[in-house]
Amino acid sequence: MVNKAFWLAATSALATLISVSAYAQERVVNVYNWSDYIDSSIITDFTKETGIKVVYDVFDSNEILETKLLAGGSGYDVVVPTANFLSRQISAGVFQKLDKSKLPNLTNMWDVVSERTAKYDPGNEYSINYMWGTVGLGFNKKKVEEALGTDKIDSWDIVFNPEKLAKLSDCGVYFLDSPTDVIPSVLRYLGLDPESTKAEDLAKVEEVLLKVRPYVRKFHSSEYINALANGDICMAIGWSGDVFQARDRAVEAKQGVEVGYVIPKEGAEMWFDQMAVPADAPHLEEAHAFLNYMMKPEVIAKSTNFVYFPNGNKASQAFVNKEIFEDPAVYPTPEVLDKLFTVSPYDTKSQRQVTRLWTKVVTGQ
Amino acid sequence: MSDTAIVASGSSPYQSNSAIVRAASAVKNRLVIIVPYLWLLFFFLVPFIIVFKISLSQSAISMPPYTPAFDLSGGIGGFWSLVKQLSFDNYVWLTQDALYFNAYVSSLVIAGISTVLTLVVGYPIAYGMARAPATLRPTLLMLVILPFWTSFLIRVYAWIGILKPEGLLNQLLQGLGLINEPLIILNTHTAIFIGIVYSYLPFMILPLYSALEKMDYSLIEAAQDLGCKPIGAFWKVTFPLSIPGVVAGCLLVFIPAVGEFVIPDLLGGSQTLMIGRTLWNEFFNNRDWPVASAVAIILLLVLVIPIMIFQHVQARSQEQGR
Repeated sequence: MVNKAFWLAATSALATLISVSAYAQERVVNVYNWSDYIDSSIITDFTKETGIKVVYDVFDSNEILETKLLAGGSGYDVVVPTANFLSRQISAGVFQKLDKSKLPNLTNMWDVVSERTAKYDPGNEYSINYMWGTVGLGFNKKKVEEALGTDKIDSWDIVFNPEKLAKLSDCGVYFLDSPTDVIPSVLRYLGLDPESTKAEDLAKVEEVLLKVRPYVRKFHSSEYINALANGDICMAIGWSGDVFQARDRAVEAKQGVEVGYVIPKEGAEMWFDQMAVPADAPHLEEAHAFLNYMMKPEVIAKSTNFVYFPNGNKASQAFVNKEIFEDPAVYPTPEVLDKLFTVSPYDTKSQRQVTRLWTKVVTGQ
Repeated sequence: MSDTAIVASGSSPYQSNSAIVRAASAVKNRLVIIVPYLWLLFFFLVPFIIVFKISLSQSAISMPPYTPAFDLSGGIGGFWSLVKQLSFDNYVWLTQDALYFNAYVSSLVIAGISTVLTLVVGYPIAYGMARAPATLRPTLLMLVILPFWTSFLIRVYAWIGILKPEGLLNQLLQGLGLINEPLIILNTHTAIFIGIVYSYLPFMILPLYSALEKMDYSLIEAAQDLGCKPIGAFWKVTFPLSIPGVVAGCLLVFIPAVGEFVIPDLLGGSQTLMIGRTLWNEFFNNRDWPVASAVAIILLLVLVIPIMIFQHVQARSQEQGR
């Protein structure tokens, strides 16, 4: 009896050992992307097609990703930073150049986006666009109409003019807790260069923000999704796709909350999330296979249909759901596209000034 | 071993032998002490030195994002030239902007108020537990620890649901007709206090309970027999005897509360200035690891020095007590 039990244990241990070593021979790619940012069937389809297992991990802020990358040895093969972060990370030596011979699907990419991402990654040597979007205004249509008598919102004036924002204060206003997204928008609203880091321009921004500060309930970069969807707030400066997620959640909840998104007429910041390969990535071959797969038109279109962000893949537009592709809030019209602007990363000194300005606005210190 | 030492030292022919035994026993005692010292060395001193070293560096766009990054390829000479690049500039920087000073002060104040509130709430609970029938105590102890079985984050998120304007608390109060307008609690200092008191309560109750449980309650009977009123007996007998528990509980709440980041971030408003947030900004937004490290080192000094003074004073007063 004892003997039998022993053999049973020994064989099962051996079986585990064998399966572990089989696992080690399996091809793997470690992907680190934003949370709620992909249709998960894409991952299972990729594994089915290539036999490469995907270890998919998520983050919720560029800062967290950047800290892991700068510390080194993250073990990730594909990461998805936003372009202005990517640009600085390239100069810090975090990434390696892509092997374009292994990426035949690059021909599918959309020049409108590639031209703009080249500002952050010259020649697009290190990165491929995953999704992009705008920084605009998300609002609760019914509550805004009650407060203002209209739900037609088309200008930054509603949030940067203290008299107007005061009227929305009671129903709740959130701002992104992200100086790099809000400050360029204020500069644009003031008719100044959105990329300016001049002291006198930043002083004007500070003045505007301090005047509207009393009417802002909170500065936060993700809580506004649920807050908009639940009807807890009526106005938020937010990222396009996040507001669309709020809109969807509100529809699902059936509480009569209707969420709208607008790109203000003065113009808005355009941002890009870029797929890149860390310099110390352990699975290069698999990383390129994954990147190439993500550039297949029908694959990336599936992701857009799921997350409501536009992508940088021209060929995919035929596969994107019609109501998404024709929604100018998601895929802006050429005229609106012309008014969108991009912002370069701040240098160390300007970054410190901007962070300090932001702390003063947010905490009053 | 110590038994052998006693026996051996009793008779003179074994004198030399007993010295060896005694020495061996001393070494063994040392070895026992070495374990906690090694623990402190590897998990406190080494990280502290690394952080201190980073705080003397300059930030840079590289991996890691500061310079000089020590690598030993340059030999001892190279190492020495790197040491010379270190400077205290980051500490000077901290004194030049009132932000950091205000953040330290505001963190200490918030942590102080929270600690007092936790003590006020925790003491009656611990007292009740210690006076409960012995058969019931393990269950009560279990109930105090029970919240740890749920994620800390989820419990703090639950408070958002309770405290928000349309939340459970306001619905209840409005349903009872006690208030007409919802109370604005979420995103204020009050919400932070509620969050800290709730989260750290077990850390206050457990040491208080262990102090109160050991107490000999015949002392209170004696005080009452001698004519002391119950309240007087509490302040003259029970409370002084529970002071070690009070001190331990307060330190266990105060120290983590000073550096608290999650509770103010989720429950507090944007205007709450705390050192945890300031450190986060330096580390993640400014990518200035050296200044962030300097903030952390100062925070450690702010916490450690008063505690050391306190322990010193307490040790002295105990000696005088004898």
